[in-house]
Amino acid sequence: MSAASDVIIVGGGLMGSSAALFLRGHGLSVTLLETDLIGRQASGTNFGNVRRQGRPIHQLPLANRAIDIWRRSRELLGADVEYLQSGHIRVCYRERPELVGSMEEYADKARAEGLDLELLSGNALRDKFPFFGPDVLAGSYSATDGHANPRLAAPAFARAAERLGAVIHEHTQIVDAQKIGEDFVVSAADGRTFRAPTLLVTAGAWGNALSSQFGEPVPIVPRGPNMSVTEPVPYAILPAVGVMTPVEEETVYFRQVARGNIVLGGSTRGPSFPDQYRAYVEPQNTVSQLKHIRRLAPALGKLNIIRVWSGIEGYLPDSQPVMGPSATTSGLYYAFGFSGSGFQIGPGVGETMAEIIAKGATDIPIAPYTIGRFAKG
Amino acid sequence: MSRFVRLGETDRPGLTVHVDGAPVAALEGDTLMVALLSQGAALRQSEFGPEKRAGFCLMGACQDCWVWTESGDRLRACSTLAAPGQRILTSQPEATWPTHA
Amino acid sequence: MADPRIIIVGAGPAGTRAAEACVQAGIRPVVLDEGRRDGGQIYRRQPDNFTRPYAKLYGTEAPRAQALHETFDGLKDRIDYRAETLVWNIADGHVRTATRTMESALPFDALLLCTGATDRLMPVKGWQFAGSYSLGGAQVALKSQAVSIGHKVVFMGSGPLLYLVASQYVQAGADVVAVLDTAPYSARIKALPDLLAVPSVLWNGVALTLALKRAGVMVRNSVKPLEILGNAEDGVSGIRFRVGAGAEQTIACDAVAMGHHLRPETQLADLARCAFAFDPVTRQWLPERDGDGRSSVAGVYLAGDGAKILGARSAEASGRLTALAALGDLGLPVDKGEMASLRGDVGTYAKFARGLATAFPWPAEQAGVLPDEAILCRCEGVTAGDLRAVMRETGAKEANRAKAFSRVGMGRCQGRYCGLAAAELIAAQAGVPVEQVGRLRGQAPVKPLNISIGDTDA
Repeated sequence: MSAASDVIIVGGGLMGSSAALFLRGHGLSVTLLETDLIGRQASGTNFGNVRRQGRPIHQLPLANRAIDIWRRSRELLGADVEYLQSGHIRVCYRERPELVGSMEEYADKARAEGLDLELLSGNALRDKFPFFGPDVLAGSYSATDGHANPRLAAPAFARAAERLGAVIHEHTQIVDAQKIGEDFVVSAADGRTFRAPTLLVTAGAWGNALSSQFGEPVPIVPRGPNMSVTEPVPYAILPAVGVMTPVEEETVYFRQVARGNIVLGGSTRGPSFPDQYRAYVEPQNTVSQLKHIRRLAPALGKLNIIRVWSGIEGYLPDSQPVMGPSATTSGLYYAFGFSGSGFQIGPGVGETMAEIIAKGATDIPIAPYTIGRFAKG
Repeated sequence: MSRFVRLGETDRPGLTVHVDGAPVAALEGDTLMVALLSQGAALRQSEFGPEKRAGFCLMGACQDCWVWTESGDRLRACSTLAAPGQRILTSQPEATWPTHA
Repeated sequence: MADPRIIIVGAGPAGTRAAEACVQAGIRPVVLDEGRRDGGQIYRRQPDNFTRPYAKLYGTEAPRAQALHETFDGLKDRIDYRAETLVWNIADGHVRTATRTMESALPFDALLLCTGATDRLMPVKGWQFAGSYSLGGAQVALKSQAVSIGHKVVFMGSGPLLYLVASQYVQAGADVVAVLDTAPYSARIKALPDLLAVPSVLWNGVALTLALKRAGVMVRNSVKPLEILGNAEDGVSGIRFRVGAGAEQTIACDAVAMGHHLRPETQLADLARCAFAFDPVTRQWLPERDGDGRSSVAGVYLAGDGAKILGARSAEASGRLTALAALGDLGLPVDKGEMASLRGDVGTYAKFARGLATAFPWPAEQAGVLPDEAILCRCEGVTAGDLRAVMRETGAKEANRAKAFSRVGMGRCQGRYCGLAAAELIAAQAGVPVEQVGRLRGQAPVKPLNISIGDTDA
């Protein structure tokens, strides 16, 4: 006998957990299946940027939907996920003055989507953010972005979904999914099976294993974020800070949590191994990250890092996710491959996928994310 | 009030380090921790509780004895030798970072 | 093939004997040491301008300490010794080292981890107050700096080190108020058959207890620690405890040295991706190794207390044995007969160590009854009640999960001092065996790493 529900979700990250919560809001019964524990890989190990700025303009409606959820997360989840609307600033270096033009152009387009950005340079930038180094030329500041704690977020969504009646099975590794008649039958490694007329795949770096079973392979590449955290120091840096640059090694970012630790991220991403369920921080990447952090904010050079970590993220070649209905199989939906940029939009993805599944449509533009873009021929 | 008690080896040349601006007499071969706790009761303030801290493991493992130089460098007091001219702070220099949003 | 590149991490008894074996085989190993000088913790050397003789510093172990130091001194020109050098990570056949300013990648053909041990701690309410120190820390204060950790010192916990350090304090003229052993005396009787494996060490232990009593020090067994009294500003002022089911007692003191025997420093083995297994005797997760010290990872070897707590004498034997195994694996000739004899020595010490674990049991049950207001994780200021509340709210009952939600073990020490007790608390609260709680995964950097590391302009 298979356990039956209206919707099966495979993958208990932020996307799957928030989708489970919002599907319950639509009155659908939900079974969420997770190989390990909720939110332990990309969703739990990322930087924690709740940032709209810098996303593709076509993604801002989704990001705006997400920000509304983040703002009411405490009430919605009955838990504190350390969401702070404390701003986000993206800066460029002196040797790339052309990026100031890109920032202005982006700000104009973003404004039309409801995201107000303030361009700062010279004394105005340094008065407001005295920690920047001399190489920093200009910045684009978003007062309404911020950050949250990734370790807490997805589990809090999952617990809220569970309280509303979602059934969650952790330690449930899915090895097979098929559509038999009107139902999807999903099988776990230990022989348990689950049945539902609708299947949502939110399996991150493992998404391709399932989409391939339905004739829709995607060229997903597993990688891992390069994260570090410092000792606690007095809380003084409010916004999340990042660098705009075409050079991957220079792409570092940091944020200070209210307790005082400063989370560092970026520079080169590391390898990750979905089959072994492990991701490693390459020592060289840590060294490179620290070097570029020193350039961005020399005052941080005095601090120590006390821990590094990584996790398993799925990257697609155009850095855009697969999100929306299957192109081959009715009742099948995808939301995976967020390419290292899924945390802020996560709750918006969950709400949008729930809406598509429950109502058959959404006003949020998702055309750029169709899985059909990877179809051969 | 001192925390540590010297039980011997006191026949060593003296040296002076400055702690929070005040001179502290130490002996050559003292770790910073011994120098500070032979004349004081603590090394630093806990970040997450009301209590003062004075180290714990003395072998570089617990990371409870970090102090600061006036230029902001961090020193692990149990594994750093006291040296003439050192100017040590027992509170974080970053406390003076301006808060900006 | 060019000379094989052998890296030894640690310069205590295991590291020194491993280096000696390499040199005898004609290899010049790199020896990386966090310390300023060789000796490790147990045979830690005092600064050059200190004058106490070996007998005063190391007691019954003075001849061994002196022999080890002399061996190391004799090796100095034939090894690449790097003091005050932290191994902060291991990856892709390289160890990553950090000095105060420099970061380097050193390639190896064989890596011998002789990382030693730190104290195993069972938290007590109030242990965050200034004046609480680890037992090993109390010994370091005396041995390498000739100071006592306080004016009136209580030794509390269990294990052979408890009596050793307390007697060393008495002999050095410190005011030792009490030795409070959580182990019942009967446990020692039960352990006798195993302890007789090394009668001389057993006898040393008995002599220490007698000496303490003769010196008028209060020695109690079956102690239930209740609270380290004190306040935020001045630190420790006393200790509250019970003996067995007896009435509560309070003793005034300004320092407490606490510890329950030792735990191996296994972070580097973890970063080298060695497999671990749960050891039911010590209730710790230990890196797996064969009888000669080979880990589950080719080219990575484990010796001394950093792999499993078997004591300093065993560390000398296993350091040499493991080095011989590595040299043999690299194709160099080694004396098979000597290896067999060393295996026998290590086996004898293993029997003795099992006896110690029986005689001085880890009081796992204390974690379960730690009061809610007691600090569990000193680094992050997380209380036992905080962890229990997180478990109730989230259902977390795995070590890394509980860490992610509660911050227990997430601080500067990376769970060295709270991790084992936190696991016991989780096991007690969840009603599962402690091995099911798992172990905190090691994460680089093994010790804090300065952000300016490798900055050539700094």
